[in-house]
Parts: sequence; structure tokens; C-alpha cells
Amino acid sequence: MAAFDPALIRRDFPALHQTINGKPLVYLDSAATSQKPKAVIAAIESYYAHDNANVHRGIHELSRRATIAYEEARGKVARWINAAEPAEIIWTRGTTEAINLVSMAWGLDNVGKDDEILISVMEHHSNIVPWQLLAMRTGATLKYIELDDHGRLVLDDLPSLLTARTKIVALGHVSNALGTINPIKEITAAAKKVGALVVVDGAQGAVHTKVDVQDLGVDCYAFSGHKMCGPTGIGVLWARKELLESMSPYQGGGEMIHIVGRDASSWAEVPHKFEAGTPNIAGAIGMGAAVDFLSDIGMDAIAEHERSLMEYAMQQVGAVEGITIYGPDSLDERSAVLSFTLGDAHPHDISTILDSDGIAVRAGHHCAQLVMKHFGVAATARASFYLYSTKDDVDRLVAGLGQVRQIFG
Amino acid sequence: METPQLSSLYQQLILEHYRNPRNKAELEEKTVEIHMANPVCGDEIRLQLRIEDDHIAEAKFIGQGCSISQAAISMMTTKLQGASIDDALGLAHRFTELMHGDPEAAKDRTLGDLRALQGVSKFPVRIKCALIGFDALQEALKKHASEGSA
Ligand SMILES: Cc1ncc(COP(=O)(O)O)c(C=O)c1O
Repeated sequence: MAAFDPALIRRDFPALHQTINGKPLVYLDSAATSQKPKAVIAAIESYYAHDNANVHRGIHELSRRATIAYEEARGKVARWINAAEPAEIIWTRGTTEAINLVSMAWGLDNVGKDDEILISVMEHHSNIVPWQLLAMRTGATLKYIELDDHGRLVLDDLPSLLTARTKIVALGHVSNALGTINPIKEITAAAKKVGALVVVDGAQGAVHTKVDVQDLGVDCYAFSGHKMCGPTGIGVLWARKELLESMSPYQGGGEMIHIVGRDASSWAEVPHKFEAGTPNIAGAIGMGAAVDFLSDIGMDAIAEHERSLMEYAMQQVGAVEGITIYGPDSLDERSAVLSFTLGDAHPHDISTILDSDGIAVRAGHHCAQLVMKHFGVAATARASFYLYSTKDDVDRLVAGLGQVRQIFG
Repeated sequence: METPQLSSLYQQLILEHYRNPRNKAELEEKTVEIHMANPVCGDEIRLQLRIEDDHIAEAKFIGQGCSISQAAISMMTTKLQGASIDDALGLAHRFTELMHGDPEAAKDRTLGDLRALQGVSKFPVRIKCALIGFDALQEALKKHASEGSA
């Protein structure tokens, strides 16, 4: 493996090489969705150009090829997160659908009106609302782990929050709004003592660091292709095979059945039991290509690059007069997300001013309204980094913030 | 495409209204109130009107959000004090035209300070911000009309 060189890596991402409002693009919105490398775009194009057919249905050559490519991609993802076998990888539309799948397929059968579901104030809406729906349907109680002033979970409360009634603990691996990295292994060990199912929203987790689902000890891990250099519309639910086998189907339709009768049907084997209808074949293949791309570079090298970039960004952005940075100070507890406000400039105005400089950041509540409420702000501006981000990007951001200060000074 | 200029967006008058919003207070004797929010960016207002017969006797608001949304609401309320309902609706219509880049509207003095917002039309993603106050106004007048006739 060659030394990590963001300049070389950037060459693989066509979308990074353009001007916006006359300035070279600085893309600092990778937490919303990452840019796509040529290898991923090519894999999708090649599938449609050469192998396009439905999977698991035809006896003909194209269907055979499509099925192989689709299942190979499943195997790549399985190896990437150290799943015990490819059948533990369920293709979904993304993290959101993966969490909804667990809440429906496991939750409805296993959660009752005296039970509790434990989540946190830090969660993305996609790891809150499905549990609210489950609580509404079952009468169960939804409980929250609170946040401290640095945007970390208040884990001192954990022993009292976890009870014999806790059926599900659902937490984000890494917060998209604050960048906080949660100690999943530690929390899981505690949750397992009360017999709770542990569901992890890994949308910002596996993307940035090496994840070994078996080592984490969790029951379910969800993530999205589009945040890790893959296409939109594809994602993964990982769960242990016995768990998947014990779960009811999620949606009904083609692909997920074994034998269909007039009144009842029997289900296909896991993972197909959870993949009703024609799947996103090109998406799965694209996600497989993204895994190859990231593996070739190495997740450890990516994590190291992002860490040194964050160190630089925290210093440089932190030195801008009037700035408030949200989330943990320590780089051990923070991923590649920098959420901030600047004086009385509204994040929306910050974003417009930066955009006029070709700098893409996100402004808003980042689908984490409970986090915003915790910090008493309506919105923040968020710069998020990935393997193709550079110190140059940080410098451009800091210069752009200077302009915000000039206007709102 | 021509690059829109920031200076055309962030006029001094806009920043001045943002920092010192007019009529930003609870209106105790309101006859109609509308709450409106843009969940995408967190802009939020409660527009409160005291309507007497066919005119707006008083208009106040409580809100938070970006400079464009808050300045537009502040400017709007200064135009609403004592305005007839017809004039208020006309103002909303004219301002919407301004946001859509209508050059005639940009010359219309009846818009008052609101003309400072004409630069927003060059920033399509910000037009919603400028319109939230007038959206609330139109809702409020609709609510008033339906309650009046009920
Ligand atoms: C922490 C977190 N969870 C969940 C999601 C939802 O992912 P998706 O929209 O791909 O389903 C996101 C992305 O927006 C996220 O950042």
C-alpha cells in the first residue's frame, strides 16, 4: 500500500474538481453524503452496460452474472465489518430503513406495554422516530440517555436507566451533529447484562473507522452506502444469523418467499427473507466497489488522516473570534465533524456566505433537533471531513469565516 | 451563470433590521396569531395581528432565524401598522413578485425598506427565508376571514 496522499486520492473523485461561484469547490458536507470515486461510478456503469438483469430469477447468463455480482458485493461488506457470514448482511435502502426493519420485524414481536426502549438525546431522527412509532404501537416507554456540556452521553446514568424491562438499546456509533464517538463496546456490555437487544446506528461509524461487529458485541449494526463513497439508495443491516432467523419478515413480496399458498406462505432463507422485491442491484454492486476502494486505502490510514485534519481544524477554526464549537474537545472522542456557530450570524447566513466562496457546509439542525435543543440553538453550521479533505480545505473555510465576520462583525 | 454578489444580498438595511428588529414583542390584544416554521433551517415566527374592521390596527412578531427571514418580517410589520387588509394582501403579492425577480416590483416605492431584499431573488435557496413572514401574513388574513364569516 502506498503512503496516504489526499492529493492522489482527490484525483479519484471527479465531482471535487469543479468551480462553484467561480471558486474551486471545497466540499465539507461529507457527513450528509460523500462524493463518489471513479471506481464506484465505473462499477455501476459497467453493471448496467454489461450485466443488467434481475437477480435470483433467471436461468440465463445475464441473470447469473448479475446475481454473482450482487452476492459478491454482500460478501465484501460482510468481510469488511467482520460479519460471521455474508447471509448476515441484509441490503436495505440505507440506515433509516435498516433501523425501521429492526423496529418492525423484531420490535413488534418482542416489545410489550410494560417494556422500555432506551435511546439517547444525541440520536439522528432516524434512530428516534422508528422507536417512537414502536412505543406508540406497543405502549412501551421510550427513555433517553442525556448529554453533557461537551455533547457526550451521561453514562453515569446508565445503571439506573437499564432495567429488567429494557428490551432495546439503540444508539448512534458516532453523532452526525457533534462528531461524538460513543463507547459502544462498554455500553453494549452493560445492556447485555439486562438482556437488551443492542442496535447501533453506524451511519457515521463504519464510514470512518474499522468496525468489527463481532468484537463490538452488538446485535444489529446499520449503515448507508452513500456516506462511504457508495451510491444512494443502498445500505446495510447487519445482525447475527440466529437473530435474523428468529425475526418475522419486514415486507412481503417476491424474493422473500419460499412457497406461496392462498392463505399463507413460507419464507426464503436469511438474508432473502428480508429483501422483498427487486433489490437495488446496481446500488449493492456500487457499495461493494466502495468497500474495495476504502479497503485498498485502508480504514486505519483514513482514520489517521482524519484525526490529524481534525486536530488542525479544531485549532484553526477554534481560533476564529466569536466561534463556538460544539461537541467533545478530545480527538479521542470526536470524529470528522465540526459543528459550530459564529457570533450572531445565523448558520443559514454562514452557509450562504461560504457557498459564495465555493465552500459547501451544512446549516440546520442536522436531523438532530434534540441535540440543538440541548445546546439551546436552533441550528449550527457543520463542516464535515473525509478521506479526500485537506488542510487547504480547512484554510479556505477559515478564510470564508473571516468574510462572515466582516459582514456580521 | 453570473455569480451573484454577496453585497447585493447583505445590504446594511437588512443587517440593521436583523440586529434591531421592529415590532418584535408579544401583542397582548391580538385578534389572530399564526405560527410558522421552516424545519429545514429553523426559521420560526409567530405573527400576531390586531385586526379592526377592514384594517390591521397593529402587527407584532416573535421569532428567530436567519438575517433574511428576520429582517423581512421586521420590515413587513413596519408596513402593516394601520394598513387595510386589501393593501396588506397587495403588499404580499408585490413582495412575492420582487422575490421572483420582477424588475417592476423592484422599482415600486410602496414596498419601502422591503426593496432592500431584492438581492435575495438571485439566491434561490434563500427566497423561502424572505417569504416566511408574508406566508404567515397570508395565513393570518385567511384565518381572520374564515373566523369572521363563521
Ligand atoms: C447518524 C446518522 N444516522 C442515520 C442517518 C440516516 O441515514 P440515511 O438517510 O442514509 O438512511 C444519518 C444520515 O443522514 C446519520 O448521519
